[in-house]
This record gives sequence, structure tokens and C-alpha cells, in this order.
Amino acid sequence: MEKTKNIVAKTGNEAFAEGMRQINPDVVAAYPITPATEIVQIFSQFVADGIVDTEFVAVESEHSAMSACIGASASGARAITGTSSQGLALMWEMLYIASGLRLPIVMAVVNRTLSSPINIHCDHSDTFGARDSGWIQIYSENVQETYDNIFQALRIAEHPDVKLPAMVTTDGFILSHCLETLEMLTDEQVKEFIGIPPERDNLIKSLIENKPITIGALDLQDYYFEHKRQQAEGMRNALKVIPEIGKEFGDKFGRYYGFFEEYKLDDAEVGIVIIGSTTGTAKEVVDQMRKEGKKVGLLKLRVYRPFPAEEIAKVLSKLKVLGVVERVEGMSGFVSPLYSEISSSLYHYEKRPTLVNFVYGLGGRDVKLEDIRDIFDELLKISSTGKKEFTLKYIGVRE
Amino acid sequence: MPSLKQLSKRNEKFVSGHRLCAGCGAGITARQVMLAIDKPVIVANATGCLEVASTIFPFSAWNVPWIHSAFENVAATISGIEAAYRSLKKQGKINIEDVVFVAFGGDGGTYDIGLQALSGAAERGHKILYICYNNEAYMNTGIQRSSATPFGAHTSTSPSGKVIPGKLQWQKNLPEIMVAHNIPYVATSIPGKWNDLVNKVEKGTTFDGFAFIDILSPCRLGWPHDPKITLEISRLAADTCIWPLYEVVEGKYKLTYKPKEKKPVVEWFKLQRRFSHLLKPENKELLDKIQQEIDKRWEQLLKRSE
Repeated sequence: MEKTKNIVAKTGNEAFAEGMRQINPDVVAAYPITPATEIVQIFSQFVADGIVDTEFVAVESEHSAMSACIGASASGARAITGTSSQGLALMWEMLYIASGLRLPIVMAVVNRTLSSPINIHCDHSDTFGARDSGWIQIYSENVQETYDNIFQALRIAEHPDVKLPAMVTTDGFILSHCLETLEMLTDEQVKEFIGIPPERDNLIKSLIENKPITIGALDLQDYYFEHKRQQAEGMRNALKVIPEIGKEFGDKFGRYYGFFEEYKLDDAEVGIVIIGSTTGTAKEVVDQMRKEGKKVGLLKLRVYRPFPAEEIAKVLSKLKVLGVVERVEGMSGFVSPLYSEISSSLYHYEKRPTLVNFVYGLGGRDVKLEDIRDIFDELLKISSTGKKEFTLKYIGVRE
Repeated sequence: MPSLKQLSKRNEKFVSGHRLCAGCGAGITARQVMLAIDKPVIVANATGCLEVASTIFPFSAWNVPWIHSAFENVAATISGIEAAYRSLKKQGKINIEDVVFVAFGGDGGTYDIGLQALSGAAERGHKILYICYNNEAYMNTGIQRSSATPFGAHTSTSPSGKVIPGKLQWQKNLPEIMVAHNIPYVATSIPGKWNDLVNKVEKGTTFDGFAFIDILSPCRLGWPHDPKITLEISRLAADTCIWPLYEVVEGKYKLTYKPKEKKPVVEWFKLQRRFSHLLKPENKELLDKIQQEIDKRWEQLLKRSE
């Protein structure tokens, strides 16, 4: 029997909140912040209406949100939170503690730039800043992916070989507040997909079994290194688990996910790497330029942590010229963070593309079709002349 | 309330082998608190002496489920644990009744860096017993001033020097701040009166809401004092009315100890080097000022407890 597809119109924030409702977590502890506020508002209504079993902890800050999630997750509960920008920055200390304690907390992050100057709009500097915190990071191109990613993030985080927290991101306002069509899963499908969480040692279990455990002990020179090594292994294991879960999701629901999506990259001469909602704009430009006979393509990066270096290099090494197009500055005085990692991953390839870096869209600056076309034109120029005249270019800035 | 004999027969929940100093008030306090709770219990600990000295991996002095996550957030961490318990119990995923949730924080983790999380958890009304083991400075990092450090005390960041005679500010009155949160139970205590402490801890676990106990916990290194007199010195704090023992049940004040003879504050100062500069003749004025303030606060408390 053919199932009727449940196509609805939802914003990114609504998709996050609906996904959380369907997960029905044991605890949600969250604090409102633009543009993620709606997630907590909508979810607290679900709690007020008794349609989830969740205990909602209306904490007094994001630092406490993550702390309460840590307490809940360490007690064996499924714990979820959501935030943006400054809220994520305030959590910083606790991000490292959540991952160090190997707690599979899931966080919905609506990407917004960081102060100062204060600005509520999208770029990826908030989550990119958290790239070394030991969290899995999954980025979304549209509302559908935002929704699909939250279930997969939970499964990846809870996988016994991984046991790490995971954040799913969506672009502030561009996706969080934008209505798109979304195919929702049924509550039963979600329940079946996420299953019962694999058993972990936790405070309440140890109380019931009368085998008390100590979590978060002082770990000095003689053990800390081993624990961190194990944590790093969890992140490496995620490289295996993420595509498995993406395939399982695809087999069940028809939408397949990997580390990245290749778009017209097979025979491309020049290409870009891009993250998030701008991918849609870039795909449109690729289509236009393909019609003009230009061999352009793109790679949309979905999983930034763990960084799929081998897989990405294998695909990108075939290009003549590659532009890393990033919604983050990084302030290194050199290049943007993703550029560094992509160039590192390509270093071992004898045949590798010429690399250039583009930074765009900081603080929500709009990016137009022409901006992306300019990027491809630059890449094609480098390809035809063989001359690279710059390493980093800012797109859409007045200077 | 259990007798001393009954207490002595209970299983120890905070056991020997920890590496707190000889004569440390925090260790004695933790042991008494844990003995007083004769129910299933989960503990969260803020960063501080008690945490670092009791859980050096792979050892632990805690014979109960215990967690430490960070310094300023023990009230939030235990909130999450308590919320998880309520959620899992409500859903029938676990079957265990009457669990007590205890948070331990020093005065740094409670009065200062942890005040926001503490206020949040109290306002939300989690069923938590929060124990502040208050040794009146940041002892774990080497005796820096806190907002619980008394006026005039020498610390490593409020040193007594040629022009400044130690800390120039009065202590924050945290028990009053907690009373203002309209929580069901607020109390002060000392490890030197085990019956007072055990009674209050036991009582603190009976309310359907947030309970807060501020326990003056002598620090032999930071005050510093002879490690033999830890319990005596805590009693002297009560006898000088520097640290009055009282409780506030549903907003109603009650003195739980009234010294037969109120001793002068100088008696307390004499035993601790952090106040030694106050005993010099040129600082007589300061000493008088402190005595007046202590007298005033004691009178206010007496009035409230009428």
C-alpha cells in the first residue's frame, strides 16, 4: 500500500520543534535567544498541552541549559536543547564538558553571528567557533534537512561506538523563519527510527542497582590523556556511523544522507565547497552556467565534525580550481577555517586543485546569484590563465 | 532525629581515603550531611576543595552516585538530574521512590560564580537540598577573597597591607537572599554542632521544594587555625554570634541556638591568623566597628525570630 506523504509547510524553527516533539525527549532545558527562540516557545506549548512526556526546565541562562542537560543525560535521560550565537558562546565551557563526559546530548542550533557588533542574523561563526569542542556538527541546507538531521543526530550521538553530543544547525532567519515545504515522518516512524536509547552507565541506574558511580572525577597527568584519546576515537568512529545512519534513514524514508552532497561535480573543471542555505542559490547558478556550457559544480558539506577529510579530498582532488566559500571569517589573519582543513586534506594528493578562499554573508549580508556567479567566474579565470592572484576574497562587502 | 548511636550504625556515604587536609571542615561537613540522609541520594558537586580532594581518578570517596561538571553550575546540573528523575519516574521508565538530590558548593561556587544558577534553581522550585560549605574564601585556588569573606579578613586578594587592612567589604548575606526566593527552607549550621547540622539536613530533605543550608566550614589552611580546633572554632563562631544558627521554615525565622553568654568577636579573631592585623592597637577602631556590626545583625535576627 502506498503511503500518503505528509507534506506540510514549516519554518526551520517549527521543524526543529516538531522533530523534538516526535523524539519526545525526557528532558529539555533551554533558554530563548533570537533567532532560536521559537523552538523553546513551541516546545513549551507541547509540554503545556501534555502531548510530550518531557520535563521542560526553563533555565535562567544557556550555561545552565547545557549544565541541566548534562545532569539529565548523566542520569540516563534523553536531553535536548536549542540555542544560537551568544547563547552557544555562553555554553562554551559546558560544551567541552558534555563531550568529555561522553553524553549524547542533542542541540538544535540556529546559526547567528557573534557580537560585537551585535547582530542577530546568519553566519556560521557561532558553531564554527565550537568546532574543537568535541561535538558532532551537522549543517542543513533547507528545512527538510533540518528536520531529518535532528533524528539522525540523536542516533549518531547515542551510538555505543560514538557516545558524543551532536549539534544540528540551520541558518538563522534564512531557514529558521522561512516557510518551506517539508515531508514529515509519522510519530510511529520516528519512534521506530530512534528506538530505545542504548544502555549507558548513569547516575540513576547506579542508584537503583546500588553500584554508585562517580562522574566527572579529577583526572590528572596519569589518566587524562587516555580519556581524551578515547574521546577522539569516538569522533573517529562517528566517521563510520554517520554514513550508516544516513543510509538507514534513506532506505526507510527515501532521503539519503552522507558527509556531503556532490552537485554536478563529476566532470566539473572548477567547483566550490559551501555550507548551509546558500547552497540552494549556488545550485541555481551551477545550473545556469552548465547551460552555458561551463563545467562548474559544487560540494555541499553537511558534516563538519568529524571532518571527513579522506572522503572530501578524494572527490575534490579531481578539480582544477576549487573555491572554499565560507560564511565565517575566522580572524586568523590567514584564511577561513574550512579552507585550512580542506587544503590540509588535499595536501597529500599529487594532483590537486588550485585553492582560493571566499568569505561571504557575514552578519546576514544577502548573497545573490550574481555573487556566486562572480565566484565561479574567478575560478574559471584562474583555470584558464593558470594564475592565482589572490588567496582570500570577500564577497559582497563594501571596501 | 537519629541519635548519635543510630548515626554511627549507618553506612558511610562519604568515606575515608579522600585527600582533604587534616582538620578540614569540609570533609567533616560532607560526612555529617551524608550520614543525616537515610534515603537514596544523588550528589552533585561544584568545583572546589571538596570535589578535587574526594575524586582523584580512579578513586572516589563517594559511596553514592556523584557528579561534578563545573564550578558555577552545580545548581543547574542537579536541576537536570532532578528533572530527569521526575521525567523517567512519571513515564514509568524507572521505579525508585523518594530520592534526595543534594548539591555541594563552596562559598565561591555558591555566593559568587554560582549565584545565578543557584537563584535559577531555587526560583524554579526543584526538590533539591543545596549545601554551601562556606569557608569564607576561595580556598581551593589559594585563599582569595569571596563575597563570603568577612570584613577585615586577610586573603591573598584582599591582603592586609600598609594602607589597606584586609577586606573592606561586609559579607553578602546569602541566607537572606535565599529567604527572599520564598523557598520552603533556609538554615545555617556548623559542623561543631552535629545535632544541629543533622537535624537541619534531615529536615531539608522533607520539603517539596528547594532547601538551602549554609554551613560555616572552617579552613585550617586559609583562616588559618590549629587543625585540632576545627569543631571548637566553628562553635565559637556561633557563640560570638558571628555565625548565628537559625532556620527559616516557609518564611518563619527561628533561632536554633542562643549562646548562654555572647562572647566578644575578638575571641574568634584571636584563633585565626587572617585577623591577626586587626588585633594590633592601631586597628582597635576597626575591631570595634566589626563588633558593632555583629551586634546589630544579631539584634535584627533576634527580632525576626520573635
